[in-house]
Amino acid sequence: MNFTNILIAIAVLGAMGAIFGAALAFAAKIFYVEVDEKEAAVRECLAGANCGGCGFPGCDGYAKAVAAGTAPTNACVAGGPEAAAKIAEIMGVSAGMGEKMVAHVPCSGCSDVAVPRFNYNGPQDCQAAMLFGGKSNKECTYACIGLGNCTRACKFDAMHIVNGVAKVDRDKCVACGACRDVCPKKLIEMVPYKQTILQGCRNQDKGAVTRKICDVGCIGCMKCQRECPADAIKVENGLAKIDYSKCVQCGHCADICPRGILKDQVMPLKKAE
Amino acid sequence: MSANATIIEIVLSAILINNFIFSQFLGCCPFLGCSSKLDTAAGMGLAVIFVMGLASAICWIVNEYILIPLHLDFLQTIAYILVIAVLVQFVEMFLKKSVPSLYSALGIYLPLITTNCAVLGVVLLNTQYNFNFLQSVVYGVTGGMGFMLAICLMASVREKVAFADYPESFEGFPVALVTAGLIALAFMGFSGMKIV
Repeated sequence: MNFTNILIAIAVLGAMGAIFGAALAFAAKIFYVEVDEKEAAVRECLAGANCGGCGFPGCDGYAKAVAAGTAPTNACVAGGPEAAAKIAEIMGVSAGMGEKMVAHVPCSGCSDVAVPRFNYNGPQDCQAAMLFGGKSNKECTYACIGLGNCTRACKFDAMHIVNGVAKVDRDKCVACGACRDVCPKKLIEMVPYKQTILQGCRNQDKGAVTRKICDVGCIGCMKCQRECPADAIKVENGLAKIDYSKCVQCGHCADICPRGILKDQVMPLKKAE
Repeated sequence: MSANATIIEIVLSAILINNFIFSQFLGCCPFLGCSSKLDTAAGMGLAVIFVMGLASAICWIVNEYILIPLHLDFLQTIAYILVIAVLVQFVEMFLKKSVPSLYSALGIYLPLITTNCAVLGVVLLNTQYNFNFLQSVVYGVTGGMGFMLAICLMASVREKVAFADYPESFEGFPVALVTAGLIALAFMGFSGMKIV
């Protein structure tokens, strides 16, 4: 091999590269796809968890809808108010702040207090457990089954099974609703983050029945309804319900509830610290 | 295989007997990375068929009319890599413009075809076997079909295995590799067929 061979090799490869490069540049012009700048900018602001909390298929879908003007700017629950503000700035509208919500599991029937219906050893899945005699592995048919379908659905590590009942980590929860959608008991609800006094039971049985099957079941005694200074609690179908728009969070109901169902979700934790 | 192999021999060899994944062990990275769901596996398989067929054709032309006349055979590998990279880029642009749904479904796997060694393998084998143009294209397309067969088989099995009760230490890639090994064993049955 002599020197010319090397030159030829370099020239041929160089020429091939140049031709292919030019062809690609030309093709890029022909096949140019316009990307909406706003869409890319909006996508940057989102949390990127693809949680689906906004109701669109993934963050890309939501960004596209916002850029097209068909979606509200504050629908990204995972991103919260910061993301909403940034998106609003990009889109040139003022941000209507969405109130921060968190998931809440209205069941306090952990293994110590709720009477079990049977010893369940099947697949660790709430839906599967529901298929066995009765609608729950606990005597209370309204209770949290506690096999963690919600824990597995949560992408933010905010849902944990503590002693047989799902518990929400209020600071990690972004209210995407994934747990609500998978819960076969339809137990989980979204409540305002600011609301710390919450009701922890769904049992609508008669008081005498409830008393037998769970130590922390609502017996519909009406005490809270009578004593609430803000008139925010109503007992319907043997079950106390708090009207969050009226509740002033004085904590009186939590003090008087004979079953310990109405309670402050945050205070006990702060005391523990 | 030799230059006088008939088309039917090439087809059978590429799809079954010398399957790129299971008997030549080429292209194992996308095979394992892209085979957890059947629909993405099928999309990947189709893209590979397309790129392999086109790469075989263009690389044959480049080799026959540029490299051989100029006595630059030793540049084959690097020239082929150049062709494949350009092709994949082109396919990506084309899909983005005309079939955006397939583009977003394939996602990251599309550029990954560039690094799929089965594609480079097929064009180098074409040269090694001294195939003519038609034989090269057939070997490329059917090689891609073999790849698609392998990845779809693997994806179907993996979808089932995901629900199986295997030891925890086998979670993820170990069980995938064992599965791949067992399917490859089944493909060894074809090695008894002597048509090449």
